[in-house]
Amino acid sequence: MTTGTGQQHPIGLYLKIWALLFVLSTLSYGVDYFHFHGILRWTLIVVFMLLKAGLIVAVFMHLAWERLALICAILLPPLCLLVLVGLMASEAGHTHLTRLMFFR
Amino acid sequence: MSAVAHDLSSAPPAGWRGLVTDWSSDRQAFHVAWGKAMMWFFLLSDTFIFGSFLTGYMTVRTSTTVPWPNPSQVFALHVGGSDVPLLLIAIMTFVLITSSGTMAMAVNCAYRRDRVNAAALMFVTAAFGEMFVCMQAFEWTKLILEGVRPWGNPMGAAQFGSTFFMITGFHGLHVTAGVIYLIVVAVRLLRGRYDGGNYQIVEIAGLYWHFVDLVWVFIFALFYLW
Repeated sequence: MTTGTGQQHPIGLYLKIWALLFVLSTLSYGVDYFHFHGILRWTLIVVFMLLKAGLIVAVFMHLAWERLALICAILLPPLCLLVLVGLMASEAGHTHLTRLMFFR
Repeated sequence: MSAVAHDLSSAPPAGWRGLVTDWSSDRQAFHVAWGKAMMWFFLLSDTFIFGSFLTGYMTVRTSTTVPWPNPSQVFALHVGGSDVPLLLIAIMTFVLITSSGTMAMAVNCAYRRDRVNAAALMFVTAAFGEMFVCMQAFEWTKLILEGVRPWGNPMGAAQFGSTFFMITGFHGLHVTAGVIYLIVVAVRLLRGRYDGGNYQIVEIAGLYWHFVDLVWVFIFALFYLW
């Protein structure tokens, strides 16, 4: 039950992605080092985070070259976590407000 | 084969036997090696564990009325007379990314059936992983000496300690397990255990290792930079 060929890609591609991950990590460290604040900080952090995650999953984990059936099976279920995040964010906001009213 | 499937005289068995045949009758959704598919599903389940941890962290951090300790200051290192924010964490991030790079090269070597270099690069990857764990142990020691506990700390919100130890501890456990896994596979590779077939086990081990790096990307962004 093997595909036989496997995932063989030029080593130069890995080196480029590796360098890119270093640059992105330096940039996200820079966000903290140069004290960015507010909406700019959150935007930069999330953008760099998603770019790094995307590169690792797509190239290092070879998901970009897998068949769509496997890609969907791996990438779609974690979207449920976004629902959980949404629910818990509103729950946490509510808890915060009630604590401000009664426990301060 | 389709003739057999359409032959009504061989109707599929019922009950438990039917359940087993239905799930094992030459149907294949994922055209990858069995081990690779199973590793992906394990990683999917792990995604939910870490996702739930990080969501829990978001919940307690948003809902507390006590100020959250500033990670930039808490994790600063005193170097050359001044505090450099998040220095150790930045180094840990680079170490883990470097290990991901060497792992990718090990996979490349494995597919060229260059088992000596593949194993050597896996040992290098494991060494970087161990370095990461050691730095994490140093960081934990530093915070514990500063009075951070799972139930409270001198810097601010009590939930800081519990989420910190839980999330980084679970991740560190994954790195430790990964180091052992890589060493086991590399030794077996050198001993010629996989010479009969292909070296895809290296790619599967690599999937796990890259996932550990992937999780750290999210922890670094959401816990240390947020």
